[in-house]
Amino acid sequence: MQISENWLRTYVNPAKSTEELVAQLTMAGLEVDSVTPAAAEFSGVVVGQVLSMIQHPDADRLRICQVEVGAEAPLQIVCGAANVRPGLKIPAALVGAELPGDFKIKKSKLRGAESLGMLCSEKELGLAATSEGLMELAADAPVGTDIRQYLDLNDTLIEVDLTPNRADCLSVEGIAREVAVLNQLTCQVPATIQLPVEHQDTVSVVVDAVDACPRYLGRLIKGVNVNAESPLWLQERLRRSGIRSLGPVVDVTNYVLLELGQPLHAFDAAKLSGDIQVRWAVAGEKISLLNEQVLTLEADTLVIADAHQALALAGVMGGSESAVSDSTQDIFLECAFFAPASIAGKARKYGLHTDSSHRFERGVDPFLQARALARATELIVSIAGGSVGEITAAVSEAQLPKRLPVTLRKTQLEKILGISPSQSDITLLLQRLGMQVVIAADSWIVTPPGFRFDIAIEADLIEEVARIIGYNNLPMRSLLMRSALGQAPEALMPLDRVKDLLVDAGYQEAITYSFVDEDIQHTIAPEQQFVRLQNPISSELSVMRTTLWCGLLRAALYNLNRQQTRVRLFETGLRFIQLDGQLQQQKMLAGLALGANQVEQWGEAIRKVDFFDIKADVEALFTLARVQVKFRTGTHPALHPGQTAEIITANGESIGWIGMLHPNLEKQLGFETRVYLFELQQDQLLHKNVSRFAPLSKFPSVRRDLALLVKTEVSAAEILECIHECAQNDLQEVSIFDVYQGQGVEPGMKSVALSLIIQNSSQTLTDAEIDGILAILLQALNSKLSARLRD
Amino acid sequence: MSASLENILAQALQQLSAATDLNQLDQVRVQYLGKKGEFTLQMKELGKLDPEQRRSVGQVINEAKDQFQEQLEARRQILESAALAARLASETIDVTLPGRGRNVGGLHPVTTTLRRIAQIFASVGFDVVEGPEIEDDYHNFEALNIPAHHPARAMHDTFYFDPHTVLRTHTSPVQIRVMESETPPLKVIAPGRVYRCDSDITHTPMFHQVEGFLVDTDVSFADLKGVVYEFLRAFFEKDIQVRFRPSYFPFTEPSAEVDIECVMCGGEGCRVCSHTGWLEVMGCGMIHPEVFKAVNISSEQYTGFAFGMGVERLAMLRYGINDLRLFFENDLKFLSQFK
Repeated sequence: MQISENWLRTYVNPAKSTEELVAQLTMAGLEVDSVTPAAAEFSGVVVGQVLSMIQHPDADRLRICQVEVGAEAPLQIVCGAANVRPGLKIPAALVGAELPGDFKIKKSKLRGAESLGMLCSEKELGLAATSEGLMELAADAPVGTDIRQYLDLNDTLIEVDLTPNRADCLSVEGIAREVAVLNQLTCQVPATIQLPVEHQDTVSVVVDAVDACPRYLGRLIKGVNVNAESPLWLQERLRRSGIRSLGPVVDVTNYVLLELGQPLHAFDAAKLSGDIQVRWAVAGEKISLLNEQVLTLEADTLVIADAHQALALAGVMGGSESAVSDSTQDIFLECAFFAPASIAGKARKYGLHTDSSHRFERGVDPFLQARALARATELIVSIAGGSVGEITAAVSEAQLPKRLPVTLRKTQLEKILGISPSQSDITLLLQRLGMQVVIAADSWIVTPPGFRFDIAIEADLIEEVARIIGYNNLPMRSLLMRSALGQAPEALMPLDRVKDLLVDAGYQEAITYSFVDEDIQHTIAPEQQFVRLQNPISSELSVMRTTLWCGLLRAALYNLNRQQTRVRLFETGLRFIQLDGQLQQQKMLAGLALGANQVEQWGEAIRKVDFFDIKADVEALFTLARVQVKFRTGTHPALHPGQTAEIITANGESIGWIGMLHPNLEKQLGFETRVYLFELQQDQLLHKNVSRFAPLSKFPSVRRDLALLVKTEVSAAEILECIHECAQNDLQEVSIFDVYQGQGVEPGMKSVALSLIIQNSSQTLTDAEIDGILAILLQALNSKLSARLRD
Repeated sequence: MSASLENILAQALQQLSAATDLNQLDQVRVQYLGKKGEFTLQMKELGKLDPEQRRSVGQVINEAKDQFQEQLEARRQILESAALAARLASETIDVTLPGRGRNVGGLHPVTTTLRRIAQIFASVGFDVVEGPEIEDDYHNFEALNIPAHHPARAMHDTFYFDPHTVLRTHTSPVQIRVMESETPPLKVIAPGRVYRCDSDITHTPMFHQVEGFLVDTDVSFADLKGVVYEFLRAFFEKDIQVRFRPSYFPFTEPSAEVDIECVMCGGEGCRVCSHTGWLEVMGCGMIHPEVFKAVNISSEQYTGFAFGMGVERLAMLRYGINDLRLFFENDLKFLSQFK
């Protein structure tokens, strides 16, 4: 909410600068968002009146005016504005004036005609961003008065960002009340004037929904001149709160809303037929609103209606059909209390948000209506005339919000805030906030005022005490707490360690959105069911990822488009998949590599990254965790059918994939290079097997190499598996050091060279024993895989 | 010395000085001192002489041998140092060339920031707990004292899957989940991704928060102030000014916003702090009795505080990053600036 500082200071005027005042508000929880001058700096501009004007002989658009400015004689000023006319009062910048934008007014000649000043538009005075023609001042503006004084421009606009609990501050009076409490001053509230009733006509009011509308006041004001102009001071106060002047009736309802926080609504009495009803809408009922929107209402919507139709969305917006117009003569002025629960969420549901709904859904003082109606009546009559009718009141006392007493215990105040203030200090502090206080033994029984919807429990009062004392004046202490020794669970590998390993291997961590483009999601994981957002930001961020590859591929493309040729990325995070109809949020780790296997350098030949580069990175992760996994040849819709491995745990569970992006996808997604990907579930990886010591052998180890000839389709895993199954305890290590196809090896076959490290823990092995082990291995390899030794 | 011995010696010395490398030198040594070497043969000849002569002739031969050996040694040293010099010269490289192809990647600055936050809180025994990102309405709102239609819901631009299922708008639901399953005392931080349906220059639809809370029998606002104050000083590694401002969150009361002195301008006022000299960095407060009620913890027996902070915001301030959107573009030129 934005208010004028000068207006605020008519209620309470602490001896504080603007800066000090706004700092005080902010530190009391009424956060000031911005402080701006009501007008830009300028000087030397006074109220002028055009006495006469003639056409400039040498310029079609210019007029030579004689302008009264309160000086000894009228001044000759040349003006090009279309709306300049004799009798008009306007801001006149005199010679020597300085206008916003460092614009100095000098005596000048325009096409030969002397000009001793400038007649100004609102834009030229910095009062508006654009303007058409001169600023027209009221007919009663005193000629010669400094315009800053006349328009009260030495003012500041204070924008307060109020939290939802402080509806009581959604008015100038509310903020003034708070300023008064903070400065221990009295808040001077304008006196309420009750105008005498001048006619006996009334409109009956029937409230059906008494829970939603416990108080409804209304009155007829007849013979209102809706074409009267609101006085400058009122227009200016509205303008400084960002509200345009729209005629006296609407201006007054807006003004009272700003002044007291009470929304009002005026109906054109001639458009009403029968009683006013406050009722729930009939489902499907239509209403056309002031903003020209036509709504089809649901049954949980409160409306103000007459005998025929809904006239207004209660507490939100009036309807267009019963609105005050230029031809309105009599108005029915409504001032009600709508319960927050009946208004909350309704405006949003219909895509509306108004000053009125903003206040009603947070809570308007239920005891304010009579005062607000009197205030509005007084203002309307003083501006636009009219004769005042009796107030029709429909009140259900039982349904009005009750302010129940709340007990504040001294012990609790001390426990929560760590302070022990004197009883009288707290009593006084609460009373200043408008609370009724009864002092009891070691406690206060506090009844909050009607405007405080946010005080219902003890914690609310503790917050008030803290707020008024000032959070920064409350004690602070270093944490003293019971503490147990920390844990060091070795079987849990920290994800941080995994990330560090990948970083050390040259990967850059990425963080991509968890929601992705449906097309990409479908392309990469066509078989996965995904969940879709009801209200995505855009179609590119509309479904939840079932694989982290979606984001990584996109990030890789982003970088390729920015002249990066080598990309290594990884990401950790959740994927969202449907398993047996249940949504699963699984923690994943994924990586991507493309481009050269090394950064560009001079020392070694560079080649493209391949499957075995990223496989080495994945294997390193499992080695780190001491977790045994197998890589099984597999098929995955996003991967090259000849370069895909499924990662399988010791108990046969599939936990991830590694492979080359399928050439079709490579093309479809716009890659011009091969892309390698891996993705695995974190759980298995982070479940580390704790190390166990194995005694070291004192006896020498022996290395034997075998070159095996096998069919090409026999996999390395099968060979190693076969050797492993022979269960030769002395065989310490097996590794493949060469795979060869070509000259010397018949087509369809390949040569696989193995090195075997053999060692016994209690003796030096003889050649015969070693040969024996090799024979066992070879026999098994031969019988299971038809492997034979290469000649 | 006999003429023949003199000749041998002269020739030997000449051969020594003609040797150009250690191999040649060794051949010369063998030629004269080896088993069949010329000096060796001369010595063998001594046996044929009578003892008198043997001694004097032997002495002469030995002198010649000594002279040869002396020269041999001198020559060896010259050749050895020449060989060393040649090796050193041939093995000289340009040490300013970069090392061979290895590069180190880097962590995302959000991760680095999360790690530092966790590290600071872990040092006093806070546990790190994670929760689901697709969350139910109850944990994200209801249990946190934000009933349907509460105006505070308007502050959370929520992504919905259905009327009861949302992408969590904050990490606070983890507070509920922990308190539902554990009994106090509790010291927990909950980092993670959160989502709001908002995207412009200062908002991304996904960002990270760290929620922290502590519940025990005697926790006060003074403890909260102390923890927040010490955390912020530890995080920024600087003796910065911190202030607490009353605010409103449905799940805490009293609630506070925490401002720090602007780290860009030192509180002088700049564009980053909108010329206020202060930067809002976190929200906090004492856990609301309604929240305790929702998780069946007695608010008479226990009190607690909770705080929440935006990780990107802290990372931006810490590293001077000026555009939020950079965090999720994953441009390597951005990411590689953080190790």
